[in-house]
Amino acid sequence: MASGKEIRTKIASVKNTQKITRAMQMVAASKLRKTQDRMEASRPYAERIRTVIGHLSEANPDYRHPYLDKRDVKRVGYIIVSTDRGLCGSLNVNMFRTILGDLSRWQGEGVEADLCLIGAKSHAFFRRLRTNIVAATSHVGEVPKVADLVGAITTMTDAYREGAIDRLFFVYNRFVNTMSQNAQIATLLPVEPVDKAELQEYWDYIYEPSAGELVDGVLDRYIESQVYRGVVENVACEMAAKMVAMKAATENAGKFIDQLQLDYNKARQAAITQEIAEIVGGAAAV
Amino acid sequence: MPIQVDIVSAEGDIFSGEANWVFAPGKLGELGIAPRHAPLLTELKPGEVRVETSDGEEQFFYITGGVLEVQPYLVTVLADSALRGDELDEEAALAAREQAREVLAGRSDEIDLAQAQAELVEAEARYRAAQKLKGKRR
Repeated sequence: MASGKEIRTKIASVKNTQKITRAMQMVAASKLRKTQDRMEASRPYAERIRTVIGHLSEANPDYRHPYLDKRDVKRVGYIIVSTDRGLCGSLNVNMFRTILGDLSRWQGEGVEADLCLIGAKSHAFFRRLRTNIVAATSHVGEVPKVADLVGAITTMTDAYREGAIDRLFFVYNRFVNTMSQNAQIATLLPVEPVDKAELQEYWDYIYEPSAGELVDGVLDRYIESQVYRGVVENVACEMAAKMVAMKAATENAGKFIDQLQLDYNKARQAAITQEIAEIVGGAAAV
Repeated sequence: MPIQVDIVSAEGDIFSGEANWVFAPGKLGELGIAPRHAPLLTELKPGEVRVETSDGEEQFFYITGGVLEVQPYLVTVLADSALRGDELDEEAALAAREQAREVLAGRSDEIDLAQAQAELVEAEARYRAAQKLKGKRR
């Protein structure tokens, strides 16, 4: 059994760790609230733009934008959103596993994939595998800006426009609640048409300049808003997962300290008992 | 009847309220929108959106571009949260591609690091073993 002093230093070190994990838990909790607000704030824009697209595609049945056309799949693209930092439980790992399942399914059909990675954790994971990474961004931070994402998104939408990929997927963690986050694979391109039932009567906009140019701009913005929303949601997931993971770590540290304290008390008691035995033995010898 | 005006950007709501007039910098020229305007869709240039609210106040919003949607009693400004332009987008795309190359190139670095660490551990173990042997011989 370890000596008393050794156990004492160990207890002190675990206590320090516990302090850190508890602080991280509280930081994550307060950030979570803010990121949830940000998630809400991005919703109206995405909804508006979606209705505009609904009207556009309804009003211009002759004009077919490449983003709205379904093509045979020969090659697919993925935009993958992961966190920049670890210590958030199995959040990233679960997502990567989902992606790998999807990728191998495509591979079975003879379809290759191009990846666009957002977040440092995905860089570390996917560069070890033999995957085709065409674009990457990291450190978008806890307050992501659309401007930081435009580059990565443009690379993928350009590839789609040029016909290099025929489908564009988008993978992020969906925030269900604090305890559960799900990896979500959503189709970005081709854009799913809006239900016709949602649109009542026929009318058309006046377009300035031309309908074609406008559709281009609106669809690009739509894709960007979708990705932005996903990135913000992923940050919320990261914070929630981190909070839960750090809570568990704090509790485990507490249990560990209790056990060590018990060991320490036992060691101390044993030492005292031994000392008494020695004194008594010594006295008896005299 | 006043117009409902919503100015939204991807990063959040900017303005929502009723107005008598809305002025916006359309791509083909300045636009003034009164109630019962015909449905219109246009791109906006960077500039100022001026809203004359129903209580006679004037509010100004600076936007870096976006899309304006007009329906008879509804005006929606989808404001961009960042300055855009084909050249800027292209530059950003290049940067993203560059980083992808760096990620791929980083492969060799990391293996080197892992290998170096393994070697260090081995060297340390050897050193310790040597020390022990020395102690025994003494």
